[in-house]
Amino acid sequence: MHKALRHTLIATLVTTLIAACGQEAPPPPKAEAPKAPEVITVKIGSASPLTGPQAHIGVDIRNGVQLAIEDANAANVEIGGKKVKFEMVAEDDEANPTKATTVAQKLVDAKVAAVVGHFNSGASIPASKIYSDAGIPQISPSSTNPKYTEQGFKTTFRVVAHDGQQGPTLARFAAKTLGAKTVAVIDDSTAYGQGLADNFEATAKSLGMKIVAREHTTDKDTDFKAILTKIKGRKPDLIMFGGIDPQAGPMVKQMKDLGIKAKFIGGDGMQTPNFIKLAGDAAAEGVMASIPGLPKEQMPGGKAFLEKYKTKFNQEVELFAPMGYDAVMVFIDAMKRAGSTDPAKFLPEIGKTNYQGVIGPIAFDEKGDLKNGPITIYVVKGGKWEALETVKPEAAQAAATATGSAPAATAPAAPAAEAAKK
Amino acid sequence: MEIFTQQLINGLVLGSIYALVALGYTMVYGILGLINFAHGDITMIGALVALTVVQALAAAGVPAPLVLVLAGGCAILVCSLLGLSIERVAYRPLRRAPRLAPLITAIGVSILLQYSAALIWGKQYIALPKLIEPAAINIGGAQMTTLQLAIFVLACAIMAVLLWFIKASRMGRAMRATEQNPDVAGLMGVNTNAVIAFTFVLGSAIGAVAGLMVVLYYGIGHYFMGFMLGLKAFTAAVLGGIGNVGGAVMGGLLLGIIESMASGYIGDLTGGVLGSNYRDIFAFLVLVLVLVIKPSGLMGQAGGDRA
Repeated sequence: MHKALRHTLIATLVTTLIAACGQEAPPPPKAEAPKAPEVITVKIGSASPLTGPQAHIGVDIRNGVQLAIEDANAANVEIGGKKVKFEMVAEDDEANPTKATTVAQKLVDAKVAAVVGHFNSGASIPASKIYSDAGIPQISPSSTNPKYTEQGFKTTFRVVAHDGQQGPTLARFAAKTLGAKTVAVIDDSTAYGQGLADNFEATAKSLGMKIVAREHTTDKDTDFKAILTKIKGRKPDLIMFGGIDPQAGPMVKQMKDLGIKAKFIGGDGMQTPNFIKLAGDAAAEGVMASIPGLPKEQMPGGKAFLEKYKTKFNQEVELFAPMGYDAVMVFIDAMKRAGSTDPAKFLPEIGKTNYQGVIGPIAFDEKGDLKNGPITIYVVKGGKWEALETVKPEAAQAAATATGSAPAATAPAAPAAEAAKK
Repeated sequence: MEIFTQQLINGLVLGSIYALVALGYTMVYGILGLINFAHGDITMIGALVALTVVQALAAAGVPAPLVLVLAGGCAILVCSLLGLSIERVAYRPLRRAPRLAPLITAIGVSILLQYSAALIWGKQYIALPKLIEPAAINIGGAQMTTLQLAIFVLACAIMAVLLWFIKASRMGRAMRATEQNPDVAGLMGVNTNAVIAFTFVLGSAIGAVAGLMVVLYYGIGHYFMGFMLGLKAFTAAVLGGIGNVGGAVMGGLLLGIIESMASGYIGDLTGGVLGSNYRDIFAFLVLVLVLVIKPSGLMGQAGGDRA
């Protein structure tokens, strides 16, 4: 008797709860009803690795976002005649693709109006589907894999040059400035590394450079003696590596052990202070790497931003804080033009952005990529990375030809076989 | 030809490190019939301890040879204690348990060591500070550094001493007796518990030296570095005939050469279809082939499986 009663009670309770939740689910849409309060709150998501080995870079991005939001609030932004208060929702994706989708869903559930993130291409790509489904615009401050904006989503943007631009820029730099004729290409078999190396190789070939070897390693290996020995036999002028510093460091060190005299160049994944530590000063000297964007000191708004950042957080800008800052400003700019904080209304305006940010002029092409993003080549000098040359990529066309011939991975077989006969 | 020589040198140096780690696997297997999967991670701990000591001392301006000796000494000490306590806590209570139990425990210990290291040292790659600047030696057109030579010579010396030790010393005889039959050895007055504990300490100490070598050779350390190294060394031990000390040495050197040659030439042999990122396939292909064709390994006695 009692038992039955209790069951009924629990059942009723549960049903009521479910009903209550159900009622809560479709919340009143964006407060556009006249009785809405004067100040509306708009949440902006920030997603980047806040723990783990890449935390310093992820926190840097979040700090950039926070700074932008504080500046916007201080400026008393009005959108569509209403005062807006912005609020940051920062999430940690641990640089992990799986965690990134969880974080994305969390941000969508928190009803953010827009997202700045993620840091890693591997995280931005799976997360972008979730934002796209929810109709929430996303600007990645740093993801450079071309695929990120090639999925046909209307919500994906980025404020850095992508690898389709970085690879060819490296190749042109190698051909023109370094005068390299023969080059060996190594990648780490990741989306980032292989993409960069493929794009480099395609442009290098079109510029008449000879690819004497195309080698692959993994992003966990530390022994490259065997492939470097093979490359040594082909005597290239230059070795290009698509990958990140834990591999690039030991690789350069082992090159020196083997007495390889070729120059070494890579992408932004190895342009870190850690690379120099891993390779050792002597081996790192003269190694070159590119980074999308201007050197932070040379950004149009750079000096003021760096100082503001230093005062606020009592540390130096790592890398992508200015991009995170600008991403927020691009959102707010689009909201202002649309006169609404509703993603559905201001999303079309993002594509029409023409904004002068900290990093320079920001405008997007039809895919959501940054138009004419500059790329800077750095060189290790006296144990430090120094800016060597800033290159404007020859815009979308070069990138298109490069990505078009992406399956070139197996192509170097012919010259390789030829060289082996010697 | 000089490329071939170079790959051979690469393979021998890599192989001598594999061989040192393989010794730890094979000695424990010989005596207990247990595959100590935590051994690779003991090597990792040795490597990271050595790295930490070098980091601390190099900054203080201690001369390089002294730093190396101290780093090696600390690594050996920590690993020996670690090997001793793992045997006492994790394996000894299971000595009479079904064979699967200690194997699962070994995997558990391996994971415990990995994540303890991740907690202590973090998950990022740790760089070796500048310590020695090895000179290059030219051998028939191929280039070798003094460091590589030192690693190879030291590894060979350790292996030779170990072989002599097992063959000629009193403790070595006790080890061989325990290997043949622990119960009878016990009846003959051999303290088998002490012999087994000693074997763990010896294997771990050699592993610590291998860890120091890896750190010096690659200049990098990582909490997960013991996993692959352990698997490769285990393969080397199986290739040589697990339980056979001479076999571990041979298996290690052979595996190093196979790997080096394979990653150097696989691209050309397969017309570019398979790249050098597939080199790990070869190590494990060797493992599968040995297990299928000659499970006792190159130097193992057929049917020698006792435990």
